[in-house]
Amino acid sequence: MYSVILATASRYLLMLLLIFSVFLLLRGHNEPGGGFVGGLVAAAAYALYFIANGIDAARRIVRFEPLGMIASGLLLAVLSTLPSLLAGKPFMSGIWIDTGLGPIGKVGTPLVFDFGVYLLVLGITLTIIFSLAEEDSKS
Amino acid sequence: MNRIIMLPLLIPLVTAVAMLLLRNRVQLHRVLNVVSAALSGVVALAIFSATMSSGVLSLQVGGWEAPFGISLVADRLSAVMVVMSALIGLCTALYSIGTIDEDREHYFYHPLLQLLLMGVNGAFLTGDIFNLYVWFEVMLISSFVLLVLGGLPQQLEGAIKYVTLNLLSSAIFLAAVGILYGMAGTLNMADLAVRIPLLEHRELLTVVAVLFMITFGVKAAVFPLFFWLPASYHTPPVAVSAVFAGLLTKVGVYAIMRFFTTVFVRDDAALIYDILLWSSGFTMVVGVLGAVAQYDMRKLLSFHIISQIGYMIFAVALQSPLAVAGGLFYMVHNIVAKTNLFYVSGLVKRLAGSYCLRDIGGLYRLYPLFGLLFLVPALGLAGIPPLSGFWAKLVVIRAGIEAGAWGLTAVALSVSMLTLFSMIKIWNEAFWKDDPRGEQSAGRTEYHAIGRLKQGMIIAPIVVLGLVTVVFGFWFEPFFEMMMLVAEELLEPARYIRSVTGGVL
Repeated sequence: MYSVILATASRYLLMLLLIFSVFLLLRGHNEPGGGFVGGLVAAAAYALYFIANGIDAARRIVRFEPLGMIASGLLLAVLSTLPSLLAGKPFMSGIWIDTGLGPIGKVGTPLVFDFGVYLLVLGITLTIIFSLAEEDSKS
Repeated sequence: MNRIIMLPLLIPLVTAVAMLLLRNRVQLHRVLNVVSAALSGVVALAIFSATMSSGVLSLQVGGWEAPFGISLVADRLSAVMVVMSALIGLCTALYSIGTIDEDREHYFYHPLLQLLLMGVNGAFLTGDIFNLYVWFEVMLISSFVLLVLGGLPQQLEGAIKYVTLNLLSSAIFLAAVGILYGMAGTLNMADLAVRIPLLEHRELLTVVAVLFMITFGVKAAVFPLFFWLPASYHTPPVAVSAVFAGLLTKVGVYAIMRFFTTVFVRDDAALIYDILLWSSGFTMVVGVLGAVAQYDMRKLLSFHIISQIGYMIFAVALQSPLAVAGGLFYMVHNIVAKTNLFYVSGLVKRLAGSYCLRDIGGLYRLYPLFGLLFLVPALGLAGIPPLSGFWAKLVVIRAGIEAGAWGLTAVALSVSMLTLFSMIKIWNEAFWKDDPRGEQSAGRTEYHAIGRLKQGMIIAPIVVLGLVTVVFGFWFEPFFEMMMLVAEELLEPARYIRSVTGGVL
């Protein structure tokens, strides 16, 4: 069933939800949010788009293969542990750099780790949604 | 130096990520699998020698001091187990090259194997109970997928039982962790060992201990919690069965050893030791009786796993240094022999065309050397001197006699007769009797169709593990002295506690 209202709305909602997911990702260190929730919200944005426009359209706007997202998410999470080793601190210690710029503040390895989680959750959820959708369209 | 304990977790993870990035290039997956397993082996040996020479290694992840952060701890017991997991990982990586079909490889067989090994290593190395739960999950999720990969109806049927019972046991584990945290306010094993004797409200302590015993009992397949094992272990490809048989149940035994020597000790665990003693007897008997009745080679071996777990649990429950060392030696010997027998069963399938002992025969006439390769682990498992199983049983039985557990010792002895009987059964049926399908000619089998390289990859692990069984048998004393050192350290948790908490508590 195709709905004009939903299809039009989903185009704008997609952008909004993706921005919101990044917002959740960034505020996650001290407040509710983080990579996991952010990734879920981003996946929900694509899921909404898929419901409104069908699986092929949804596959087209997801630029990267979900599997690649899973792999690069895991890779980022692993890489985020490297600075602690190079700095000679205990494994997985958070290393922070103060950028000195007011609105940005400190940037550190936990953010990289969280971004890895974001990608991983997004990738896995999309894999699940896409394979279920394809299964559905086959039958 | 302490940082080396991260590596048995990091190496498989990085390898799995690399394989995911390489997508469908399964040739590279195979190479990476072997390289990573070999690296893990080197690291495991380094950890082992470090724990032997300089005591317990511990690492506070993220720099958060125990008991607030997550501790990774390698004492001698963990180190021995990590070495074994690396050995089985390497052999299985090779064996998989020879036996796993390309479809499964495209569906990420190799990364899953790496993640499974990561979960197993994590369970051996963690010093925190909740973290142990997490590693169990990592291990289980990978094993779920490995079990159903390929999607044959029988695989799904086995997997349903496997998944249901293991999820149930995870739920019990989680409940026990929650109650324990409510009582003691900590989940760090070393910290718990200090605090549990000082607890004021001890009403629930026995309940928690029993809950932990049940959840690890399910993982270890102890009577009466073993039903999932013979229902599922014969369904996946034999390389998967072999790594499950070698490592997964032993993680349960390891957890029982760890918990009831380090966390719950003496009076707190007295009831547990009693229950474990009883159930070990039943485990031995029921497992071997199940095995004797089977004609499917892999089912027979699956039941055998249970029976052998009984010996280890028996030894752990006795709690004397000799018994614990014996149980450990038994576990190490069993990991090697059992995995090897599964490898052999895979080769039997490829040479004779079936796992069912009724349908095959005459392998000895066609392939006499292969007969020898089967006999080493089979007689080793049954306990024929001078192979490793003989010494393992000797020590466990001697410990039983010293502790005055006459009944169970008698059970253990008669069960090993039945073990020998069931190994002879495989020999008679598969190797000795004439092939019921008439005379077969050598060299026209599934095995001969796969080419030299793959053949070598199947034979090499069987030979290597067979040699390990022989070496354990002929050079028993130095290995057993090591196991005595491990057992002494395990029964003396003070060093473990001091290493983790830095002597503050």
